[in-house]
Amino acid sequence: MTDPVNLIVLSLVLPLVAFVMNFVLGNRPNARECSTVVIATILFGVVGLLASSVFDGQRPELFVSEMLPGFSIAFSVEPLGMIFALVASGLWILTTIYGAGYMRGHHEKHQTRFFGCFALAIFAAIAAAFSSNLFTMFVAYELMTVSTYPLVTHHGTAEAKSGGRIYLGILLSTSIAFFMMAIAWTWSLCGTLDFKQGGILNVPYEAGEISTLALGVLLGLFAFGIGKAALMPMHRWLPAAMVAPTPVSALLHAVAVVKVGVFSLLKVVVYIFGIDLLQATGVNLWLAYVAGFTIVVASIIAMTKDNLKARLAYSTIGQLAYISLGAALATPDSVIGGGMHIVMHAVGKITLFFCAGAIYVAAHKKNISDMAGLGRQMPWTFGAFLVASVSIIGLPPGGGAWSKWFLAVGTAETHQYALTAALMISSLLNIAYLVPIPIQAFLKPRPDRDSNHDSDHSHDHGEAPLACVIPLVITATLSIVLFFAAEPIYQALLPIVSE
Amino acid sequence: MTMVQALGLYNYWVVVFLMMTGFYIVIARRNLIKSILGLNIFQTSVFLLYISMGKIDGATAPIVPPDIAAAAAHHGDHHSDHHGHGEHAGHGVVDHGVDHGVDGATEIAHEAAHSATGYVAMTGIDAENIVYSNPLPSVLMLTAIVVGIATTALALALIVRVREDYGTVEEDEILQINQEEWAAGRERAAKKKKASPGVSAR
Amino acid sequence: MIEANLPVLLIVIPMITAPLCVLAGRGRIAYAMSLLASVLVFAIAVALVIKVGDSGTIRYELGGWEPPYGIEYVVDRLSSFMAMFVSALGMIVLFYAPHSVNKEIQPSKHYLFYATYLLCMTGLLGICVTGDLFNVFVFLEISSLSSYALISLGRTRRAPLSALQYLIVGSIGATFILIGIGLLYQMTGTLNMADIASRIDTIDGPRTIMVAFAFLTVGLCVKMAVFPLHTWLPGAYTYAPSVVTCFIAATATKVSVYAFIRLVYGIMTPKFAFELLPLDSALMVFSLIGIFVASTAAVFQDDVKRLLAYSSVAQIGYMLLGVSMSNIDGLTAGIVHMFNHALIKGGLFMVAGCFILRLGSSRLSDWAGAGRTMPWTGFAWAIGGLGLIGVPMTAGFISKWLLLTAAMQNGWWPVAALMLLSSLLAVAYVWKVVETLYFSEPSDAVVASTEAPAGMLIPTYAIIGCVVLFGIWTTYSAGLAAAAAAELLGATP
Repeated sequence: MTDPVNLIVLSLVLPLVAFVMNFVLGNRPNARECSTVVIATILFGVVGLLASSVFDGQRPELFVSEMLPGFSIAFSVEPLGMIFALVASGLWILTTIYGAGYMRGHHEKHQTRFFGCFALAIFAAIAAAFSSNLFTMFVAYELMTVSTYPLVTHHGTAEAKSGGRIYLGILLSTSIAFFMMAIAWTWSLCGTLDFKQGGILNVPYEAGEISTLALGVLLGLFAFGIGKAALMPMHRWLPAAMVAPTPVSALLHAVAVVKVGVFSLLKVVVYIFGIDLLQATGVNLWLAYVAGFTIVVASIIAMTKDNLKARLAYSTIGQLAYISLGAALATPDSVIGGGMHIVMHAVGKITLFFCAGAIYVAAHKKNISDMAGLGRQMPWTFGAFLVASVSIIGLPPGGGAWSKWFLAVGTAETHQYALTAALMISSLLNIAYLVPIPIQAFLKPRPDRDSNHDSDHSHDHGEAPLACVIPLVITATLSIVLFFAAEPIYQALLPIVSE
Repeated sequence: MTMVQALGLYNYWVVVFLMMTGFYIVIARRNLIKSILGLNIFQTSVFLLYISMGKIDGATAPIVPPDIAAAAAHHGDHHSDHHGHGEHAGHGVVDHGVDHGVDGATEIAHEAAHSATGYVAMTGIDAENIVYSNPLPSVLMLTAIVVGIATTALALALIVRVREDYGTVEEDEILQINQEEWAAGRERAAKKKKASPGVSAR
Repeated sequence: MIEANLPVLLIVIPMITAPLCVLAGRGRIAYAMSLLASVLVFAIAVALVIKVGDSGTIRYELGGWEPPYGIEYVVDRLSSFMAMFVSALGMIVLFYAPHSVNKEIQPSKHYLFYATYLLCMTGLLGICVTGDLFNVFVFLEISSLSSYALISLGRTRRAPLSALQYLIVGSIGATFILIGIGLLYQMTGTLNMADIASRIDTIDGPRTIMVAFAFLTVGLCVKMAVFPLHTWLPGAYTYAPSVVTCFIAATATKVSVYAFIRLVYGIMTPKFAFELLPLDSALMVFSLIGIFVASTAAVFQDDVKRLLAYSSVAQIGYMLLGVSMSNIDGLTAGIVHMFNHALIKGGLFMVAGCFILRLGSSRLSDWAGAGRTMPWTGFAWAIGGLGLIGVPMTAGFISKWLLLTAAMQNGWWPVAALMLLSSLLAVAYVWKVVETLYFSEPSDAVVASTEAPAGMLIPTYAIIGCVVLFGIWTTYSAGLAAAAAAELLGATP
């Protein structure tokens, strides 16, 4: 049973089981959510077992089927995917608990459909993480888009509809128009789509079948085709998707969806292009500057947003661009930094979203300007918010400090000091738009007008439901723990950049 | 192409003339009945094309003369044997026929006739001058005529339905009626849309 | 005995059952008989696929007359594949039919309806298996005439008018085909396709061959509804009864594409069509323009059947793109897209039929919010729509992927890019319907409506299930299509 290949099968099947169980137990919410939590926990255990063998250097492979001659659905686990799978499955447990509290606290409808689609999205995330070729990854990527659409439009309002339209429109069109094109191009060049240590595009490049310029274009097709990486100008879907209920925003738009995007980009850079090829040709630099631009601009836009979720959305765009930057710089350190930032940002950002949801459930507040003084009523929530902010900003003792360090080293190594500056400016901007929120909540008094309005919730709402608070405290703690436990992640990621 | 040659192809000129006439009527006439008539002329021109394809100068209808047939009855086996060969030969020379710009089908008919002649010589009955036309195109046209009649009948039946529903067989008038109907439908939909906020407010 | 005669039984069974239906004179008996016939035909088609796969091409001499004198039926990989999916869709649509037919067609005409339906199927299957060029014309007219009659059964007065318009355009197309056949006969003296192929001199031959080819191509383009000869299609699909639209949309144009593939690859040579004549560029241009124009038109339709009809015109463009690539991958893509699109479009028209049954209208504005009162039907639309867009795990993705890689292999970069861009239009028109179904305020009529009957939903889901199944498992779609393409190209090196 602990044969790694069996573990792969199991980790792919478990989310599907959860999906089915949701509909079987649709009428009994308690049983339904219990089953999901149990399955999620098992999944995390299975992925953990798998991780121990993968980090020992094994590369288990699972061939499912050849869908078309040359294009097969196959899985093989390498460290980058392993870490992503660990993050997604681990946070799935917490999000399910949190989601149950949130959805009930909020009396949402269609909860069965909600949790069902959720499980499907996790399946897609795991499948993308373990994919052993571009084709499998693309299939999983698209499955992720489609399965999350009902989650984004969950409320069924006109706002949800237009948000969903932008979400689906941008993600589907970039993936069909650019990503698919890039994959087909790669196929016509290499005759294979398998991820390979050191990349596969160096062969046709050395044979002169693709010019340096065309290589740059291909990289651009990948970078913008993976719309989930939210590089500007393909970022519009992310704020639009914030119409979703907060647990969706938390897991999908802080962890699964966006991380599938940047993860795919990293994987393409490392295993399709190969960082040596990119370093040799230098076609990656323009992309690094696009990422740098996105980092700064997204942070500036985030400062202008009063709606907490919108601010977090733009913050996410900026943070994702860190990872894209890591991929685009294509040095060993920057790639490791990008990989680490997947973890660090996932933990930090999910905490922030959990907090936003908790505030909304307890106090019915969406706007930051209304949150002054709430900290005394919701100390745990805002405490966690502060801790997670520290990690996102990249200050010790937050986990984000390490990933930012490696990214900064990457920019210095390639002598792109403008990008180093962009990273630093962005950190300052992060402080400016994140830290004031908990500070205001704790230190400012509550405005008077608030007590006159919102009759039933404003006075004595206290802390959010326990099911909401526990997960966010755990994730906040985790983001501190990761600062001290960054070494294993570094060691795990080292093999992907060294031959 | 000399004048004589051009005139010699007069049957094809007739075909082309009829074809274009019919086609023009279908396109230009807005009256449904007249369109169908045009369609018929168009189809008929093709019948003529096929039939003139099978015709050979001076050839007779492809019916074996009774005396030859009677003689053939005596040597039944022989007959079928030779006949078969004859037709095979007929196919064999088609390429040659094409090279000379002569219709392949005509060549076949010639060849069939020759084989009959050869056979006739063997059996002692003098039929040197018998040349048969190719029957196959005519047979094909029987089928095509049936198809044409079915098409016409169906078209006329549909026109009757159209006339019952619209009261006219002029396409312009029908289109106008449709357009008015469409405009009215849009107006109704617009009214419904206007009315619906009221409904939801209530 | 039966095994040896399978090719002809494929045609004879529906052809004999049709007059029997008329003789029966009662709707229910006619339905039972036609259902039985369609199941038998499907079984035969499957048997033929297996047999051809095992032992190669089957040649059947009709009436014992040896070709080229007699008519020959030729069942090879491509034709058995076509016959299989045409008969499969014919069968499933018949299973689906009763509720919709009861609502949309007068009871006194039911038996005639089923008889005509079978005749239409006879014609389509006949085109697939015959090896005789004139026979193609005859079967084409059998299927066309019966489809004109079927279309005219629609509820509104537009139906007979649309049928008549289709009849006029279709007959001109058929006559063009007849002229082409005549000219080919004049050049070769035979009507047997294989025989023509062996005698025809496509390289130094006289101009007559080119003219014949041109007539046949234009005639078939009318039947295929290639832009700009597609004008008959939207009206015909929109105003025909739902069941008829399901069947015709899924099969008729594809069978014409099949006839075209036979013409180019079986009778002529790709070299003749694509190198001596610039047919590939012409097809490519018309396909791409057609894809864009028709997809854009689809986006702006309010009538869902018309929307799907325009989408069909666009999808024919994809098939022809594949055919015109004249390499094995492109041809495979074209063939497999016929199959996949038949499933997808058949399924979507069936979904539309369910909504029309319950809501009494095919206008999208009347469907607002129906996804909530008819969840199963609405969900089927979503899945079928994803297939039409070409999202992974659906059949549409497979064909699009094959087409894309084939275009890349030919180095047709702009084509590949335009093809992908055009699928964004598909996103627009599919999602327009999805949003209306799920996010619009339902009207009173919609609120009062109930889920479609199981008798319609089960066949619909059978097809929609196939859309997903053949998006994952391609042995019997892309696999068979690739074998057929290899055979076609192998036969004319």
